[in-house]
Amino acid sequence: MATDKDNLYQFLLRLGDSSLILSHRTSEWCGHAPVLEEDIALANTALDLIGQAQMWLEYAGEVQGEGKTPDDIAFQRDAWDFRNVLLTELPNGDFGRTLLRQFLFDAYQSILMGRLIKSSDVTVAAIAAKTMKEVTYHVERSADTVVGLGDGTPESHTRMQEALDYLWPYVGELFQGDEVDIAMFQAGISPTPETLREEYDALVGRVLSEATLTVPESQFSHKGGRTGAMHTEHLGHLLSTMQWLQRAYPGCEW
Amino acid sequence: MPQPSIEQVWEWLASVPDPEIPVITLVDLGIIRDVSFQGKTCVISVTPTYSGCPATSIINMDIETKLREEGLENIILKKQLSPAWTTDWMSEKARDALEKYGIAPPQSVGVPKRCPRCTGIRLDKLSQFGSTPCKAQWRCQECLEPFEYFKCI
Repeated sequence: MATDKDNLYQFLLRLGDSSLILSHRTSEWCGHAPVLEEDIALANTALDLIGQAQMWLEYAGEVQGEGKTPDDIAFQRDAWDFRNVLLTELPNGDFGRTLLRQFLFDAYQSILMGRLIKSSDVTVAAIAAKTMKEVTYHVERSADTVVGLGDGTPESHTRMQEALDYLWPYVGELFQGDEVDIAMFQAGISPTPETLREEYDALVGRVLSEATLTVPESQFSHKGGRTGAMHTEHLGHLLSTMQWLQRAYPGCEW
Repeated sequence: MPQPSIEQVWEWLASVPDPEIPVITLVDLGIIRDVSFQGKTCVISVTPTYSGCPATSIINMDIETKLREEGLENIILKKQLSPAWTTDWMSEKARDALEKYGIAPPQSVGVPKRCPRCTGIRLDKLSQFGSTPCKAQWRCQECLEPFEYFKCI
């Protein structure tokens, strides 16, 4: 049976890996965004996310107790050991899809972090409070962009609707709990994911409707990222870029 | 050397500039949360501005370099996450220095008060993000110059 320590470690990996993988995806835009301001915004968002990943993974390493640094955890695990939600590992697609994914994730983070501020675990609460300040302006920006593009030209609207149709089946996973989540709930560390859905649907529904976008009717949802059961084929490719240096030259520093 | 007083250490730290915005010091920025001695070891608690700010490691290096120059040998830098850093901790002196340097200081209403170049008040937000995580890009409609605004968090 999983111990409290194992459960907390898994919980922290889920938070840290989701931020880490989305950070890497977002950083792929560096130097490629449609305008300079957006390029800077994407790079800054990636930077905030990697800072958050560092805090979660540092604490994960402490809990695990094997002396691992956040870098060890980020660069020396393979795809099946990652616990990020699938949404974060999907390819960027066009700028609209990237920003819509960012919004779907920011909305989730803004609700989750708001709850984790009251966590019984003081380190989780401290990281959440720090993260919340950054998430607040992330979600403001991504929501504005989703509305601007969704309720924009016929071309941008079509692309945003296609992006929503593509991404929506990955949203359900954010709210599917398992035994790790129940253990975290019982310890007062985190709410169960299912209880965040109502608030999420209200926030996302309001922005998507302002963006004149239609939420797909299908309830189907991909899963397996946060439990580690099955990632998409995209994660391995992402890791081969992200981890290349540390794999080729283990322990390399500058 | 005899152990310096806590006040002395604060005074030394008050001369260390921020690596990105050299017109303000680390103490003015409000990121040094505590100075104490544990036996002969000087313990400095530093809180990060933004979680991923790359200046954090340079800041730690600058603190250590300064204290070593002053003769301290045993130094521990502790990262303090809670309470999370807020621009409310920035001193008045730092706010004035920022404005003179061309960066609009943080305002609790969340938008800059005036253009740091011409003091114009008709302002547009260009982007919530700027050249460092702590700044946003704005433009003055009066002098038409872009400027940076230190975000209020």
